[in-house]
Amino acid sequence: MIRRLDPSWLLAAVLLLGSLGCGGGGEQQAAGRQPITLLNVSYDPTRELYRDYNEAFAAHWLKETGQTVTLEMSHGGAGKQARAVIDGLEADVVTLALAYDIDAIASRAQLLPAGWQARLPHNSAPYTSTIVFLVRKGNPLQIRDWDDLVRPDVAVITPNPKTSGGARWNYLAAWAFALKRELGDLSRLQDPAQADAVAAAEVVARRFVTDLFARVPVLDSGARGSTNTFVQRQIGDVLLAWENEAFLAVNELGPDVVDIVVPSLSILAEPSVALVDVFADKHGTRAVAEAYLEWLYSPTGQRIAAKHYYRPVDPQHADPADLARFPDVELVKIDEVFGGWANAQRIHFDDGGTFDQIYVPGP
Amino acid sequence: MGDLVRVRRHRFAGRHDRAATTEPRWVGLLLLATTVVFLGLFLLLPLVTVFTEALRKGAGAYFASFGDPAALAAIRLTLTVAAIAVPLNLVFGVTAAWAIAKFEFRGKSFVTTLIDVPLAVSPVISGAIYVLLFGLQGLLGPWLSAHGLQVIFAVPGIVIATVFVTVPFIARELIPLMQEQGIEDEEAALTLGASGWQTFRRVTLPNVKWALLYGVILCNARAMGEFGAVSVVSGHIRGKTNTMPLQVEILYNEYNFVAAFAVASLLALLALVTLALKTLVERLSAAAVTLDSGLPAAEEI
Repeated sequence: MIRRLDPSWLLAAVLLLGSLGCGGGGEQQAAGRQPITLLNVSYDPTRELYRDYNEAFAAHWLKETGQTVTLEMSHGGAGKQARAVIDGLEADVVTLALAYDIDAIASRAQLLPAGWQARLPHNSAPYTSTIVFLVRKGNPLQIRDWDDLVRPDVAVITPNPKTSGGARWNYLAAWAFALKRELGDLSRLQDPAQADAVAAAEVVARRFVTDLFARVPVLDSGARGSTNTFVQRQIGDVLLAWENEAFLAVNELGPDVVDIVVPSLSILAEPSVALVDVFADKHGTRAVAEAYLEWLYSPTGQRIAAKHYYRPVDPQHADPADLARFPDVELVKIDEVFGGWANAQRIHFDDGGTFDQIYVPGP
Repeated sequence: MGDLVRVRRHRFAGRHDRAATTEPRWVGLLLLATTVVFLGLFLLLPLVTVFTEALRKGAGAYFASFGDPAALAAIRLTLTVAAIAVPLNLVFGVTAAWAIAKFEFRGKSFVTTLIDVPLAVSPVISGAIYVLLFGLQGLLGPWLSAHGLQVIFAVPGIVIATVFVTVPFIARELIPLMQEQGIEDEEAALTLGASGWQTFRRVTLPNVKWALLYGVILCNARAMGEFGAVSVVSGHIRGKTNTMPLQVEILYNEYNFVAAFAVASLLALLALVTLALKTLVERLSAAAVTLDSGLPAAEEI
C-alpha cells in the first residue's frame, strides 16, 4: 500500500530529535492515476452507511477512472465534528447531521462558500430521516406520542442539543408537536392575522419542551452515546433517536430488547453533505470528492442509503423491501415551522438561547 | 482512570517500613479484608470482565479483532506515540531533575510546580489548549497550514498531547531521590578530575537508575493509555489518528463489543506487563540496596 508523504510525519520525525529513525516516506499524492485519499468527516450514526457506501464508491471510481481511492472516516457528534473541521481537521467532504453545522464551517472558517447548499440537489441532502422513539420491549409504560414524554413516570434519553445535531432535531420535533397541538394547523404560523394565537402557542410549546427536558437524566454529546446509555446502560424509558439509529439498534441488539414507537408527528431531518473547497483544493482531491458526493444521488447510492434506514430522496432506486420498513408519519419541515436553520439555531441553540434558558439538569 | 490509580498506588508504594502497632489483631485483619474486597471489586472484577467480554464469542473472534486494519493501525500508532513521547520525557525528566536537585537557581520551586501542572490539569483541557494553539483558528494554525504542516488532528498533535500529560512521571520520580542523595558524590568526582559528562554518566546515573527505570515504566503506561487529551486532538480518523484507547471507544459505539473488549484487553495486558516490570524493578532495586549496604532488605526482615 502506498502512503502519501504526510508533512506531519516530518514534524514527528523532528520531534524524535534523532533518537529514532525517520518516519513516513512514500510517494507524493499527485493528480492523474496515483492512488488518492479522501477524508469524510461525518456525524455519529452514519458509520454503517458510509462503510458500505465507501466500498461501493471505491469500486465504482476504480472502474470508471482506474484510480484507487481510499476513504478515511471520522465520526462524532455533528456539532463537535464541525468544530474540528473549523479547527483544521482537513476534511475533503463533510456529511453532517444538519445544514447549520456546515453553515458554521462556511461562516466561521470560510472553508467553503456560503451558498454551498444549492450546489447539490435537494438542499444537498441525498437522504433524509426523522425522529422516532425507542422504548423497552413491549412498551411497558405505554409511550405512544410526544405527550407521554412529559409524564412524571417517564425518563427520556436524548443527546445534548448543544453538541448533537440529532438532539436539535429531537428538540425541534417536540416543539413542532406542541405547536401543532395548540394550533391544529401549522399553516397558521404563516398567517399574520393569527399572530396572537401563534404567540400563545409558542408559550405552550416552550413550556412543553421545558417539561420534556426536565425528564432527561443524562445528556450525552452524540446520538450513539445516547443509544448506548439507553440500551447498554439501561437508563431511561424512551430514547429520542434518529429513525435510522433506532432501526439499527433493533437490528444490532435483537428485536426482543427494544421497540420502535412512531409518534403522530415528527420532523423532516435533512442531513446535508458538502465539499470543503479549501481542503479539497489543498489536497488536489476536488474531482473525486465531488464525484463522491454526487454518486450519493445515484441509484446505487440511494439503494445503500435505504438499506441503512435512511429515507432516499429518489425512492424508485431503492429496494421496495427496504422502503416498506419506513412508517408513514406526518413530517413537518424546519423551514415552515422554524423559518430555517439559521433562525432556529439563533433562537433556540445559540449561547443564551431558549435551550440554555429552559434546561436545568434533570431528575 | 487506570492511570490515576497507578499514580496513586505508586505514591504510596516503595515504602517498606513496618508499622509497629499495638492494635489488636482483628483490626489488622479488618483492614486487610477491606483492602482485598475493595481491590477485588474495583480492580480485579473489571479486569476479569474485560477478558470475559473479549472472549465471549471464542478465541477465534478474539484474534480476528486484531486482523482489522483499523485496530492494527491503532496499535501501531499507540506504539509510535509511546516510542516518541517516552524518550523525549526521559531526556527532559533527567535534565529537569538534575537541574533542580543539583543546582541552586531563582524560581526553582516555580519550575518544580510547573512540572506538576499536567497532573493537576484535566487532560481534556490540555488537549483543548493545543487545539487553541495549533488549530486553524488558533495562534500558530494559519502559519502551520500555509507551510503544509499538520499538527493538530495528526500524529504530531497526538505526540505533543501525550508528551504533555506524561511530563511529570520521570521527573517526579528522580527529583526527590536526587535531592536526598545530595551533591557530595558529584563534588568528589569533580575534585578527582572527572568531566561533567563523566560525573553524570558514572556517578549520578548509576545512583538513580532504578528510579529512572521506574519512571520510564510509569511514563510508558500513561503514554499508551491516555484518552482525554488525545481524544481532543485526534480528529478520530479511522485507521490513522486513533490510538488504542480511542479505538476501544469507537468499536464500543459500533456495537462491536468483542472487538472493543479485545483491544481493551490488549491495553489491560500492557498494564499488567507494566505492573510486573514495576514489581521486578522494585525487587531488583531493593536487592541492589541490600548489596550496597550489606544489610538485609526490609522485605526480608
